[in-house]
Amino acid sequence: MSSLLGWLDQRTGYKAIVKHALYENVPGGARWRYVWGSTLTFCLAIQFITGIFLWMAYSPSSQTAWESVYYIQNEMLGGWFLRGLHHYTAQAMNVLLVLHLMQVVIDGAYKAPREINFWFGLGLLLLVMGLSLTGYLLPWDQKGYWATKVATSIAAITPVFGAELQKLIIGGSDYGHHTLTRFFALHAGVLPASIIALLVGHIYLFRRHGLKAKEPRMRPDAAFWPDQVLKDAVACLAVLAAVLFLVIRSRGAELTAPADPSEPYSAARPEWYFLFLFQFLKYFPGGTEIWGAIIIPTVVLLVVFAMPFIGNWKLGHRFNLGLLWSLLAGAGLLTWLAISEDGRNPDYLAGVKAAHFEAERVKELAQSPSGISQLGAVNLLRTDPLTQGPKLFAKNCASCHRFEGHDGMGHTPQDLQSAPDLKGFASRQWLTDLLDPAKVASTNYFGGTKFRDGKMVRFVKKDVAGFSVEEKEQLKKVIAAISAEAGLKSQRAIEQAEATVIAEGRVLAGGDAMRCTECHQFRRQDEDASAPDLTGYGSREWLIAILSDPAHDRFYGKRNDRMPGFGKDQILDAQSIGLLADWLRGDWYVAPDKAAEATTATK
Amino acid sequence: MTERDDASQSGRRDFLLKAAAVGIGAVTTLVPAGAGLVTLLDPLRHKAKAGTFLRVATLNALPEDGTPRQYPVVSERQDAWNKFPQVRVGAVYLRRTGAKDVQAINVVCPHAGCFVNYQPDQKQYLCPCHNSSFALDGAIKERSSPSPRPLDTMEVKVSDDGGVWVKFENYRAGIHEKVVAS
Repeated sequence: MSSLLGWLDQRTGYKAIVKHALYENVPGGARWRYVWGSTLTFCLAIQFITGIFLWMAYSPSSQTAWESVYYIQNEMLGGWFLRGLHHYTAQAMNVLLVLHLMQVVIDGAYKAPREINFWFGLGLLLLVMGLSLTGYLLPWDQKGYWATKVATSIAAITPVFGAELQKLIIGGSDYGHHTLTRFFALHAGVLPASIIALLVGHIYLFRRHGLKAKEPRMRPDAAFWPDQVLKDAVACLAVLAAVLFLVIRSRGAELTAPADPSEPYSAARPEWYFLFLFQFLKYFPGGTEIWGAIIIPTVVLLVVFAMPFIGNWKLGHRFNLGLLWSLLAGAGLLTWLAISEDGRNPDYLAGVKAAHFEAERVKELAQSPSGISQLGAVNLLRTDPLTQGPKLFAKNCASCHRFEGHDGMGHTPQDLQSAPDLKGFASRQWLTDLLDPAKVASTNYFGGTKFRDGKMVRFVKKDVAGFSVEEKEQLKKVIAAISAEAGLKSQRAIEQAEATVIAEGRVLAGGDAMRCTECHQFRRQDEDASAPDLTGYGSREWLIAILSDPAHDRFYGKRNDRMPGFGKDQILDAQSIGLLADWLRGDWYVAPDKAAEATTATK
Repeated sequence: MTERDDASQSGRRDFLLKAAAVGIGAVTTLVPAGAGLVTLLDPLRHKAKAGTFLRVATLNALPEDGTPRQYPVVSERQDAWNKFPQVRVGAVYLRRTGAKDVQAINVVCPHAGCFVNYQPDQKQYLCPCHNSSFALDGAIKERSSPSPRPLDTMEVKVSDDGGVWVKFENYRAGIHEKVVAS
């Protein structure tokens, strides 16, 4: 063994290098305050290792980036842990960079002859910030997409060549495949390579000038190995423990819904360590944002770069210290302001809630039997009734209708309710209430419409109110039969069990006794029908047809109140009408485990 | 306390320090490397889909004289995160061997996985990579062929409506036995 090592040493001289590395003199002996540089190098090593493994599963394009990250996070063995490690170590690096910078400045380690090394360090800080910025976009989720848009839009306000700069950064006029390929090449190639180059210079210069001891020295000088190495190792372990705590607590890193330029995202915020810049921008009125985004940060940075020179003046060191502490306090204050403003902002909080819902929902859909198609996961939410239904309802229906008293999204619309509440439309309960003399003229049914004194209301108020016990029993059967026309998912079990009741109800509804067919047509062509068709009432086909054209002879004809023909008048496309119909019918994909939960809950 | 005790004590302390430094250093590096390796090994957890009968062609489309015809095989496929309901997953040569009998041959050369071509003039399959040649029924034609086994044949069913169904599978290349790729 020793002869083999000797052979190797003769050819490489590695022993001298190792000796030089390990027996570096630490003036005044090992101290905890010297560990920051090592913890940063350690974090960088974690990022290189985890980054390369993530790279093996990541696919940078707008149809595969989110999908491959989803796959890492949810399908690959330990993928969530790997991704979480990368994510939270990145956050730790930003904290450690500040600590390292503070220690260097407080100990005066930035002054001659260490100026160049100080600049190398600042360069490394900027590169790590670049890694944070580029890495945030790579999952191509709503959060990263909209937050990064802010950053690249700021690039566009650069004087003279801003527009061209932005175009070059994002690889075109708009975000797309080339934004990802460029950001990924920066994130995994250009920036790490630059970091290695600067880090080699940083460590070389550090060794050349030696450690700047904190005075007074407590103990005699000692070698780097083993005392300082142990302290460094313990510090690295502590950093790792903190990172692991965060990784396990949040089960990896967050992945919001796939990026969608057509969907609002009110929860768009940069990572917390950029929040101070985000907040700072709020104080610059339109046209002056260049000051907040570019000029002031650049000037501050230039002053920090000039610190070694400033430090040569009599009060220079104190000035530098004061500047750094005030920058830190300012950034802290801005961060706190940003967080507390968001905490009081209902739009932001609703945005966060919606973001959580969509993130969970898209995961559920991606794990459904139909999986993620070639169109990408963004299509899963776009074609999901549970996601799109409430939005479409709020935008198109809630100015007259309600859904369980709100606009579908949980808000109360400005306009007063003037058309039925459609929660549970065509269900037995909904029809029972419609045929309840006490409820038929309420705003939840015809109360707000021009039919409030119409034939149906009069029929329910007079005739139904006077029904005998036997007739009431018959009405129940009719309701069961009409409701069964819808084929609602929620009534599937009971309708199977009550097939005979429904069959009886059908006969009654079509007969004269219940008087339905005096106005409605039911399962038989009737030219004289003047009220909506009850054949297929509430089915997908029926709902799509009435949403498309309520003034069709089959529904309200010329007597239609105010409802627009969403299809006929081209207000909504066929897909949106279908989504609305599915949502109103409660027809969307439910994961088997959730479906099981729901049944046990109802039991 | 003697001087020697002192020396041995500080020696022990020194050793413990070094051991702790190396130990902690090793543990901290093992965490990211281990996490990465675990995820890297993920493909080993997944097995290839078992072969199922897929409709590939109709009997009337196959030449009576037993000349092979090449057909794509279309199937459902899960490719990492993507699910394709109908996508081409491979190809087969189909050849009539009787009135209602068909032979199905996987187009992949058992030697190193290239796509073999059918040469009508020679009535043989020739691999464009290392020149393995195979007879019409897939048997190795020349003893000098590098392929370790004949072309891989698959189970075929002809349905009443004349559909040709092939139990499509891929096999491991480079070995003498025909083993389904997992």
